[in-house]
Amino acid sequence: MRTSLAARGATPPGNDRMDSALIVAYGITKRFPGVLALREVTLSLSQGEVLAVIGENGAGKSTLMNILAGVQAPDAGHIVIDGEEVAISSPRHAMDLGIALIHQELSLLPNLSVGANMFLGREPHAAGVIRGRQIAQDAGAVLARIGLDVSPDTPVSRLSIGHRQLVEIARALSAEARILIMDEPTSSLSPAEAETLFEVITELKTRDVSIVYVSHRLGEVQALADRVVVLRDGETVGELEGDAIKRNAMVHLMVGRDVSYAYRGSPATPGNAVLKAQDLCTPAWPEHPLTLSLRAGEIVGLAGLVGSGRTGLLRVLFGVDPAMSGSIMICNEPVSLLHPRDAIAAGIALVPEDRGHQGLILEMAIRHNLTLSALWREGHFWGWLRKEWEAQVAADQIQDLGIKAPTDTRAVRILSGGNQQKVVIGKWLQIRPRLLLLDEPTRGIDVGAKEEIYRVMETLAQEGMAILFASSELEEILGLSDRVLVMHEGRITGELSGDGLSEEAIMHLATGQWTESTSPQA
Amino acid sequence: MDRINESSGMKKLLGITGVLLAVFVLTAILEPNFLTAYNLQNTLRWTGLFGIISIGTAFVIITGGIDLSVGSVVGLVGVLLPMFLIGQQWSVPAALLAVLVVLLAIGLLHGILVTKLNLQPFVVTLCGLLFYRGVARWISGDQTQGFGAGFDSFRQLAIGRIPITESFGMPIPFALMVVIALLAAVLLNYTVWGRYMMALGHSEEAARFSGINTQHMVILAYVIGAATAGLGGVLFALDVNSVQPAVHGNFYELYAIAAAVLGGCSLRGGEGSLLGVVIGAAVLRLLYNAINILGIPTQLEFAIIGAVILVGVIADEVVRRIGVMRSVDS
Repeated sequence: MRTSLAARGATPPGNDRMDSALIVAYGITKRFPGVLALREVTLSLSQGEVLAVIGENGAGKSTLMNILAGVQAPDAGHIVIDGEEVAISSPRHAMDLGIALIHQELSLLPNLSVGANMFLGREPHAAGVIRGRQIAQDAGAVLARIGLDVSPDTPVSRLSIGHRQLVEIARALSAEARILIMDEPTSSLSPAEAETLFEVITELKTRDVSIVYVSHRLGEVQALADRVVVLRDGETVGELEGDAIKRNAMVHLMVGRDVSYAYRGSPATPGNAVLKAQDLCTPAWPEHPLTLSLRAGEIVGLAGLVGSGRTGLLRVLFGVDPAMSGSIMICNEPVSLLHPRDAIAAGIALVPEDRGHQGLILEMAIRHNLTLSALWREGHFWGWLRKEWEAQVAADQIQDLGIKAPTDTRAVRILSGGNQQKVVIGKWLQIRPRLLLLDEPTRGIDVGAKEEIYRVMETLAQEGMAILFASSELEEILGLSDRVLVMHEGRITGELSGDGLSEEAIMHLATGQWTESTSPQA
Repeated sequence: MDRINESSGMKKLLGITGVLLAVFVLTAILEPNFLTAYNLQNTLRWTGLFGIISIGTAFVIITGGIDLSVGSVVGLVGVLLPMFLIGQQWSVPAALLAVLVVLLAIGLLHGILVTKLNLQPFVVTLCGLLFYRGVARWISGDQTQGFGAGFDSFRQLAIGRIPITESFGMPIPFALMVVIALLAAVLLNYTVWGRYMMALGHSEEAARFSGINTQHMVILAYVIGAATAGLGGVLFALDVNSVQPAVHGNFYELYAIAAAVLGGCSLRGGEGSLLGVVIGAAVLRLLYNAINILGIPTQLEFAIIGAVILVGVIADEVVRRIGVMRSVDS
């Protein structure tokens, strides 16, 4: 086997651990349009080992897990299981090989029972009739093994999220999985539920089940993992083992890189208050009131992990989801934001997270997208569209923002991601907002276009606009922000500026006290 | 400049116009009687009647909805109008005003149920289909309604003609349809509300994120749908002068939807042109006429119309895929 691989020009790494490993993946490369998600990543896992895979958002963790579980195929690379090279073609195939992925978003069918979910797709049957009693027996045995005290007949809809997670694990075990991949398993669990999960993981270890544990929560990782692999920008940047698994060491590996573009020069003195939000409760986290303020000419970064409540806050500020309670003042005037048009009337614009569904109407002409939000204010005369105005506005924005388009009458769909994003920004500039909100403004955009978006944001701030932007890329948070607000589980856990602003400081606030207080005593 | 980003729409329009011409020429060759003034006037009149109800349906479809209640609204109006005029002895303007109020209420009800309660348009208007038919049969006691021998000048709206040559006149319903289609085209293409409807038909969420009051626009579309269905209902009633509450207008919603789809409206929303819808309605009436005049068994009517629509959408899909493949290659 080894020689045949070498003949193909790829040599598996050859140390002792690799030889004893249950599964070895090496040279794994995966490219998405415009992004190299994984570059020659290596990973090995021994029997009964808990391997943590950590990294920032976008580091490639989920892609790597999807490849191991057969959800996506790698563009290049090899996966060796029990000494034999395999090409994992589908999740079903991965299951047959003993690999099970416990999803970040749970994949159980809530209307079916626990037992039916566990045996979904491989029900024992006699002539097509499902043997319910056998399912109940087998399911019950596995549930007992992981200490989950529910009947196999219980509908999944009645279970808590934590119990559903355990049912997923039971499903994998009943399919005789040897390798469990858990992608952010505690992201939606309560501390007590997480505790139970940790106990189950420890128990599974003793039964020689191997676990790949993907998490942002460094406290958990420190407590659970035998070994940690750190990914950054799609590459393996380090590995820690045993006592070397320390929070600081992990943070350093996760973020330790040079910032590749110049920091923003010292900003002009910020002007008058533009936004004052007091005790704002978002629908997603009504128990955590948020207070923040922005001044003219300021760029404020909103950092935090996925699901920390950043998007929820921006949606409230733009009137998409009205606030549960609290007050918002724009330029010292109280405003009530119940619909995006209220926000627009108050001079607030949002460049949303999902460009294709929220920011743009992809099938409509570039010109019509650029004028859509200003149409009501200045684009019509008693309802009659001012088509010359439209042509003029579109031509101006295309020139000012450097949008590369063959002609503005083509559908916006044909543009590249960067140019589409410029159209989204352009459609807001026409209403001359006082507060510009941006949610992941450079997601899925190539490097050159990112720089252009940054320059646009800086220019707008210099002209006196207040800018609040959420980003998962620490690099751009650090490079653009005058101040940074960090969110964690619906709270603003800190504000950083000046010398206090560093990647480590952001990561500590973003991963939060929560992990510290509830990490298991393993 | 006004035909922005509508190259695919243009292709559809050319396609349906081609079908119209082909059916016309073929029928004319096979059966010379097709070209008589009497037959052409009749076909134009029916095209006008069905074209009017199709225009409103097109607005609903463009905003991403569907209106199944059209036929029952035609039936309800067909019962109400004679009852107001004959039974209640109301004047024509009063009766028309009362009908208009009913139509506004119906359109608002549909729109509000779809937007504020977030119900599915299919379900809302399906219930409308059943409800209005039931109401029409109940208030009329299932008795045939008509205008008797009176109201001759009023009935000219449906059966009259504008003389063009000695032997040929333009049926008034067709002229009415042309006027309504022009007004509708102006609304859709030249006003801010038309732009909003197109935008929200493509993506309700993106339209809302642009500050558009999408709920009001959807309600407006259902009101337009009910209004044209009701105007069609008035004309259909004046035309037949003997409205049978149980069947008058049955399946007309399907003709209206078929005309809109043939004319290039996508049921996914955001696409469609009024010229296309009008031509679509003409194709349907022409097919019906051809079936009759060529001696094809009339039982086959639905089968033939169904087949024509199916071939149309398949051709459309094939053209689209070839287009996609080309753009990928280049």
